[in-house]
Amino acid sequence: MSSAILSPDQPPQFYDSGDHHPKQGTLLGFWLYLMSDCLIFAVLFAVYAVLGRSYAAGPSGADLFDLPLVAVNTAFLLFSSITYGFAMIAMQHQRKSQVLTWLAITGLFGAAFLGLELYEFHHLIHEGAGPQRSAFLSSFFTLVGTHGLHVTFGIIWLVTLMVQVGKLGLTTENKRRLMCLSMFWHFLDVVWIGVFTFVYLMGVLP
Amino acid sequence: MSADHHHDHGHGHDGDDGYHASVKGYVTGFVLSVILTAIPFWLVMAKVLPSSGATAAVILGFAAVQIVVHMVYFLHMNSKIEGGWSLLALIFTGALLVIMLSGSIWVMYHLNANMMPAHEAAEVVRQLP
Repeated sequence: MSSAILSPDQPPQFYDSGDHHPKQGTLLGFWLYLMSDCLIFAVLFAVYAVLGRSYAAGPSGADLFDLPLVAVNTAFLLFSSITYGFAMIAMQHQRKSQVLTWLAITGLFGAAFLGLELYEFHHLIHEGAGPQRSAFLSSFFTLVGTHGLHVTFGIIWLVTLMVQVGKLGLTTENKRRLMCLSMFWHFLDVVWIGVFTFVYLMGVLP
Repeated sequence: MSADHHHDHGHGHDGDDGYHASVKGYVTGFVLSVILTAIPFWLVMAKVLPSSGATAAVILGFAAVQIVVHMVYFLHMNSKIEGGWSLLALIFTGALLVIMLSGSIWVMYHLNANMMPAHEAAEVVRQLP
């Protein structure tokens, strides 16, 4: 890009010298992946927006959703976001044991979130409000389940990274991986904002 | 424009990976998120506003603000990282989302309104003069 600037004493350059590639191309690439993931969630949100009121004479969101449980779940995910942030700060200061501790706490919050969500799903299916009951429940299970699946993979990734950091320490590669997981984890929290607002809170409105 | 961006970009990557999180930033983001989460839950659970439409509009507004807070304080989104490419990708995705979501919901709403269920249609036919 700098070659585009013309100065009188320099001949113009019409090619990219390649000097200014981002040093962390992986992070940009991972961000692009997250944006494509964002589109997956957008499609699922659109499906829910269209089908979310098609109850097929079955239970509605107001009948099924337990808001205090959702509030606790939201809190778990929010806490896991800030504890992951603390892990990143410890990483900047090269404090390996602190990084591992914060990662473990993050993983526990993530697992607690997942546990509550599985409990909720089990409860719904047990009550006869499974994904096959109505279009509303199909789209609900697809959207919330996809988010839960992402959290599951996030936890697997987190445990893998804990082993990596434990064995190899805070190397450049491991730091890069931790930054990617950081984006992934915070991204899931952003998606959850949409889920609890659009699905749960708006679902119980009369 | 390109000259300015280029300049910032060069400096942003001089340090270690151009990534500087701070405890203050995370705590600020966390406190804001707690407030922005608690208010919508309170609005819905305590049935503060009289109409559903108003409540829905307000909590969607809170969600939008909270998403921005997460982007800034947790994902460290700004115009500098990766020379602005991350922000550009985000804006592009945002534009796609708006087109896709508003378009789908609009079209499907009209489709629902225009496709009468069979028994209702039969009623209408029966009442024709």
